[in-house]
Amino acid sequence: MAVVNVKDLVVKYGTSIAVDHISFSAEPGEVVGLLGPNGAGKTTTIETLEGYKKPTSGLVEILGLNPITDKTKLMPKIGVMLQQGGLYPRMKVRQALHLFASYYKNPLDPDKLLQKVGLEQASGNIWRKLSGGEKQRLSLALALIGRPSVAFLDEPTAGVDPNGRLTIRQIIRELKEEGVCILLTTHELEEAERLSNRIIIIDKGHIIASGTPAELMTSGQGEEILFGAPSGLDTVSLSKELSAPVEEQRPGEYKVHSSASPQTIAALTSWLAKNNLPLADLRAGRETLEDVFLRLTTETNPTENTTSDRNNK
Amino acid sequence: MKAFLAQTKTEISLILNGESILLAVGIPIILLVGLSIFHLFPISFVVPGIISLALMSTAMTNLAILTSFERSYGFLKRLGATPLGRPSLLGAKTLSVVVVEIIQIIVIMAIGIALGWNPHIDPISAILATLLSIIAFTGLGFLLAGTMSQYLVLSIANGLYVILALLSDMVFPIKSLPSLFRNILSFLPSTALANAFHDSLSYGRSVPSSIWLILIVWAIILPFLAAKTFKWE
Repeated sequence: MAVVNVKDLVVKYGTSIAVDHISFSAEPGEVVGLLGPNGAGKTTTIETLEGYKKPTSGLVEILGLNPITDKTKLMPKIGVMLQQGGLYPRMKVRQALHLFASYYKNPLDPDKLLQKVGLEQASGNIWRKLSGGEKQRLSLALALIGRPSVAFLDEPTAGVDPNGRLTIRQIIRELKEEGVCILLTTHELEEAERLSNRIIIIDKGHIIASGTPAELMTSGQGEEILFGAPSGLDTVSLSKELSAPVEEQRPGEYKVHSSASPQTIAALTSWLAKNNLPLADLRAGRETLEDVFLRLTTETNPTENTTSDRNNK
Repeated sequence: MKAFLAQTKTEISLILNGESILLAVGIPIILLVGLSIFHLFPISFVVPGIISLALMSTAMTNLAILTSFERSYGFLKRLGATPLGRPSLLGAKTLSVVVVEIIQIIVIMAIGIALGWNPHIDPISAILATLLSIIAFTGLGFLLAGTMSQYLVLSIANGLYVILALLSDMVFPIKSLPSLFRNILSFLPSTALANAFHDSLSYGRSVPSSIWLILIVWAIILPFLAAKTFKWE
């Protein structure tokens, strides 16, 4: 049974449409990643589910409850991690956890949770003085302290160091095991790919693709081989060698429109060897999620997205 | 209820902390001791005036500054997604103001008596004046905190505190000022509060109905404006 249910959701700010007829649902134990460029409508969608924003039209239900009219019933059952901030500037880490624990009937043990998110060292520090990564760890802990059935995590690993990311990802996996339904937004493609059962790609308020990471990555346009090598290769000569069209998509990144048969791969590598060229990477058959993302968001918005998304990565 | 009380306790600990405690207790005590040691004004004037100053600092200045920083740091927003909820948060803040003010009143009265103050207390009028001032000044505090950036609130709340302290019969008798100016100042909630305390704590007089009227009007207008304009984010 779906615990998150969104049907035909539309959210407008004045005349501009932030979310335009989005529908999806999520089950217990499922991690759904909302992915999209900045301003795509991810945060608006999630904040509507959290009861901060009123849908202009459409249906939003969490655990069968309306986030606005059933707020008092719903709040004890959800956990929220906002994109930024969310605490008293002068409050100490341990104090914050104990305070939030007091809001819930059956909270987790604040001290154990502190250990789990790796904040024991910082437990006496005040919020204002925490690093970006420590703030994220604390926000995650505060989202989980009430044992939520549904957790909304808005960019949970933004600004977190690699170690912290591992911790946060591990915690998300454990929640999934325990049957918590998790909605997370990110523009970290790798993260969405690693954590999510299902990915929903949003751009300009629309869902432009959705599915499991595997489904999305094999939904590319036919078969192809992607490889990285020095820029400016003689693609014409290579095309002849492989009897398949070759194009340089971005400087140093090439696409061969051919099935990834062992023969073709062998021909490609021997051509490189003959010309004494190094091979940076080689991928066959599957697109990475990044390829899917860039292809889809660039199709709808050819000028802006490519550069900004690459910078966000 | 457990959440509400825990929240109130936290709010109290935040007021009685760092710069806030200086404003809540430090400055009033320094002024009280200073004004009485140098015999600048009669102690019967000084003690009620300093109590009103202390109450104003808690309900208006401290509340406005703390709340505006919490708003800018996203804490008010975050609480909207907890079982406590935001109306209870504001309730807890108001209750914390009441508790801190009781502490302030007791401390200042005790020091006043030690310095030779001879109280004539009309408890009903004093309590009523305290309650009306809490409603009016927390209203003003939330009005500032809910509409402006934290840095603007920081300067306005502190500036207003100094101006009202000097012009409201709190630390400095305004009876030496020109009567027109004095009449205008008497409409301030701070002046009405100070005068209500002078009458009901020191002079053993009944508080004039004009003062009650002024306090009641402010206690309606300020919370109303705050409720109309408050923005959580």
